[in-house]
Amino acid sequence: MFVLIATSALMMAQPPVSTDAAPDTPPPGAPYAVPGEEKVDPYTLSPQNAGARPFAGTGMAHAFHGQEGIHRIVERFTQLSYDDKVIGEIFFKHDKVRFKRTLFEQFCFLLNAGCSYSGRDMASSHKDLGVQQADMNRLVELLQRAMSEEHVRFAAQNRFLSKLAPMRPDVVVR
Amino acid sequence: MRKPFFRSVLSPAAFGLCASCLLPVTASGEPLRNEGKLLLTNGISTVEGASGGGLAPWATIAGNETKDGIGVSAHVTDDELKDYEYRSAGAALGLFNRLELSYARQNFNTQKIGAALGLGRDYTFRQDVVGAKLRLLGDVVYDNPLVPAIAVGVQYKHNLNGSIVRALGAKSASGVDVYASATKLILADSLLVNTTLRMTKANQIGLLGFGGDKSDAYHLEFEGSLAYQLSRRLVVGGEYRSKPDNLGVAHENAWFDGFVAYAVNRNLTATVAYTDLGSIATIDRQRGALFSLQAAF
Repeated sequence: MFVLIATSALMMAQPPVSTDAAPDTPPPGAPYAVPGEEKVDPYTLSPQNAGARPFAGTGMAHAFHGQEGIHRIVERFTQLSYDDKVIGEIFFKHDKVRFKRTLFEQFCFLLNAGCSYSGRDMASSHKDLGVQQADMNRLVELLQRAMSEEHVRFAAQNRFLSKLAPMRPDVVVR
Repeated sequence: MRKPFFRSVLSPAAFGLCASCLLPVTASGEPLRNEGKLLLTNGISTVEGASGGGLAPWATIAGNETKDGIGVSAHVTDDELKDYEYRSAGAALGLFNRLELSYARQNFNTQKIGAALGLGRDYTFRQDVVGAKLRLLGDVVYDNPLVPAIAVGVQYKHNLNGSIVRALGAKSASGVDVYASATKLILADSLLVNTTLRMTKANQIGLLGFGGDKSDAYHLEFEGSLAYQLSRRLVVGGEYRSKPDNLGVAHENAWFDGFVAYAVNRNLTATVAYTDLGSIATIDRQRGALFSLQAAF
């Protein structure tokens, strides 16, 4: 039931995707995909797509060593995830360039480190991935590893995970 | 789109205690997963065999499996008190992170006090506890941070020293506890909070039988746990557990503990605790050190 409520609340927050726009010609100023990335279907841009509200203040951005630290974490986390023997196969067909860019934007936005998020919402970006609970737990462990390697304090790691944990209903789809 | 496939990356045959070997697929036809839970989120086996915080059962399900698997765990616990020694051993089955079935054998050795009480040195109270716990809703880690995991449980306890506990004033050698637990890891503060409400007639959790001359009614008791996560592997915490006081000859107190739990690896959790079990069988201030090992798959 909570899954339904959370999911529908998130869906309601999203205006319906316009079907009028031709997929190959996104309107100017809508960076669905940037050069170097594969084309993606149009979607509605919104900060709410990030799935949570950002932290207030600059404490979390400092704890993650600013945008440079977040870049290193995303880089390492991406490498670990694509190479992982358990969840690597979920990633391997995915555009790594776009994944790194949008994940960086999402983390940077949530940590209030001075970014906006231009990716899709969590439900539509995960709906076809077939993620199981064990996959999400594995993902958390790899993120913890990447954060630890960046020497982010454990309390700050958990604090960041508190923004991601409520997204589970949109991520774990079976 | 990812095609479903048999995720036998971690071969079931690699685990000697693998329950999933018995049932290769779930009811929905999905292959079972192995080793899916986050570290420490299966809790620490309680003295009664259910997963939890050592004293209080939590709304966790034993074993390392998610909703896509069947997990198992086993524990041994030794509590060296001032005058007594408590030991328990047990095992639990965790089905699809939903249903937990558990068993524990408890041995409470009265050591020298046994002789003073006229029972004989090293007289040992023994009890079997069979438990079932159902997680109704919520998740300990994920989803709405304001909605805890909530579980209900039942424990059938059978004391193997019936004539002695009746002689002490207990009305029965066996009893049934029912409880409800709410548990949440508040990630923003790295703090795990558990509250348990239990209906019970048990004297010293049943080691001294059930009901007594002072009362033979069910009592509503409170059990609470607070734990702080220092790292992925390390947790420190404390617990409180209130109990009925049914026996005129042997007053009893609430139990307390302070614990440190360490996940040695995915399959082994070691716990050291300071326990204060108050007065037991007429002897006050039963404090001591508890050691517990839990294996989980």
